Amino acid sequence: MTEWVSENGLLLGLALLDGLAYAALVFLVAVGLNLVFGVLRIVNVAHGSLFAIGAYAAASLGLFFAASGLPPWAGYVALLLAAALTGLVLGPPIEKLVLRRVYGHEQSLQLLVTFALFMILEDVQKLVWGVQPVSNDTPMKLLGTVDVPFGEDVIPFTAYQLFVLPGLAVFTLLALAWFLRRTLTGRVIVAVTTDKEAAMAMGIDATRVTLLTFTFGAALAALGGALASPTTSLVPGVGAQTIVLSFAVVATAGLGQIEGAAVSSLLIGLGRSVAVYFAPEFEVVVPYIIMVAVLLVRPQGLFGVLETRRV
Amino acid sequence: MSNTPARHPSASSLPRLGGAARGAGLEMALTLIGALALILIAWAAPWLRFVLTIALAKGIAVLGILLLLRAGQVSFGHAMFLATGAYTVAFLAPSVPEALILLPLGGALALGLGLVVGLFVVRYRDIFFGMLNLALSMVLYSLLEKLYSLTKGTDGIRVAGLTFAGQSPPRETQEWLMFGLALGLALVFGLLVRAYLASPMGQALKGIKTRETRLEFMGVPARRVLLFAYAFSALMGGVAGTLVAMTSRHVTPLLAYWTSSGELVFIAILGGAGSALGPFLGAVAFELVRVYAAAQLADAWQMILGAVLLGVILFAPGGVWGILSARLKGRAA
Repeated sequence: MTEWVSENGLLLGLALLDGLAYAALVFLVAVGLNLVFGVLRIVNVAHGSLFAIGAYAAASLGLFFAASGLPPWAGYVALLLAAALTGLVLGPPIEKLVLRRVYGHEQSLQLLVTFALFMILEDVQKLVWGVQPVSNDTPMKLLGTVDVPFGEDVIPFTAYQLFVLPGLAVFTLLALAWFLRRTLTGRVIVAVTTDKEAAMAMGIDATRVTLLTFTFGAALAALGGALASPTTSLVPGVGAQTIVLSFAVVATAGLGQIEGAAVSSLLIGLGRSVAVYFAPEFEVVVPYIIMVAVLLVRPQGLFGVLETRRV
Repeated sequence: MSNTPARHPSASSLPRLGGAARGAGLEMALTLIGALALILIAWAAPWLRFVLTIALAKGIAVLGILLLLRAGQVSFGHAMFLATGAYTVAFLAPSVPEALILLPLGGALALGLGLVVGLFVVRYRDIFFGMLNLALSMVLYSLLEKLYSLTKGTDGIRVAGLTFAGQSPPRETQEWLMFGLALGLALVFGLLVRAYLASPMGQALKGIKTRETRLEFMGVPARRVLLFAYAFSALMGGVAGTLVAMTSRHVTPLLAYWTSSGELVFIAILGGAGSALGPFLGAVAFELVRVYAAAQLADAWQMILGAVLLGVILFAPGGVWGILSARLKGRAA
């Protein structure tokens, strides 16, 4: 064992660092999916497409800012701006025109509707950005690398992936927890999540809360994509991978669990990146093995609460 | 949560029970007319023979989606069974070129996979059921893509020459054979599904949709009911896959990709879940439109499918079958 570690220590270290950065991104997407589910009771299959579109928008906006002579730090503004824009432009129309028509209907129907949205958005993304890889890694390169000591070795790792991504994920987690528990709007959202009818009877405008939550969730997905864009080159198909992966995270944690999503993001992010370095053929399989293993033992997820069955 | 069941007509709503007998006669008549029309088209327009064979094969797979829709469940991963059947043909054709052996073998392997996967997924409903199927099919897709030494990755595998009952007939005869095989199997599976849905096991599927707990109070094991339907749907998916592989003579991991699963669900909703005829109406319409439209609109193809899917769900929940049967019954009355 110790022999194996000393031989593969460097790889393992890289896998852990990579996994941490990856888990941060997955968390942002999964928590958005979770929040939307909590209020709308709909698992939005198109959530992954919002991630992809956020990523493409961020890369394009960053390149545009650079081309129009703005200082390099404007690249970070581009990331956040792209996420907010994607959420604001796509979120409200999707909720108002489509999802609003199927609230309270059977889940399979709701699932079909968001699947149809997913099909549409995947092609919108291809029509706008084409099928050639798009990349803008300036925001990552700008911060340079940090030498991370790992045992006797030193791993040079980008500061962007080491500090910015996990930092923003932790910030989102804390801010979200504070927002939901301490602010009026947040408490209203929690109230609608817990019991929509009772909340409405208390005079809460559930329609507004739903619109707000969906737009916010869409922006979170886009933020995940925007932050991921400097670390990779974007190709079609990202959306499908993302929704399945973030669903795996949410299912492992238990639907509706926010802190739980952070834990299972770490679990799945680290698991996947260890697989990337040691068994690349099975990279895609590992998150699902983790999910299936958890679901077999705890069908409601690690932190989920069992619901009483209706007769 | 409200306790009143949704009254809105759903994607899988059934035709009214009142006209059941006349509905059955209508269904049979339409089946015969449809089959004859397909044979005529295949004879008059040889270039469409290939398209129609694929459409019939997909229709068989969509029958499986229809079974699950009756239980209120949607699978976004059924392409994995189609791919299982197709890759069985591709892998074994060099050593066992006999189509009449490969066909049941592909179906049996898909059935086996369906039983294993089914044991896991029938523990879940709705969102989890749909998404777990999607996840598992993505796993199969990525394995087919990444295990290059076995599957040749995205290049796919060319299916070696096949024999039919020991003969290797000329190309045109072979096309007719495949068409006939697909049509025959479509009729057989269509009738089987009809009989199955009318049986107590099939009726119990509806119970899963409306209120599963009550079903269990009556002593009906809901999971086993759903597992049977799931395994049956996997078998049909596998058979469809072998037909597709034998007809197109080339298999790629794309067969297991989510877009393929999405197409199957799309066809089911387009055709309508009210009748075993729906999947074939949907599949023929779908493949014919695709032949002409997909070449020009390759980049926007999924978008069009998605938009039509939304339109059908929101405005014509009975699908093509729903519209057709309403028209014909209206005229007869």
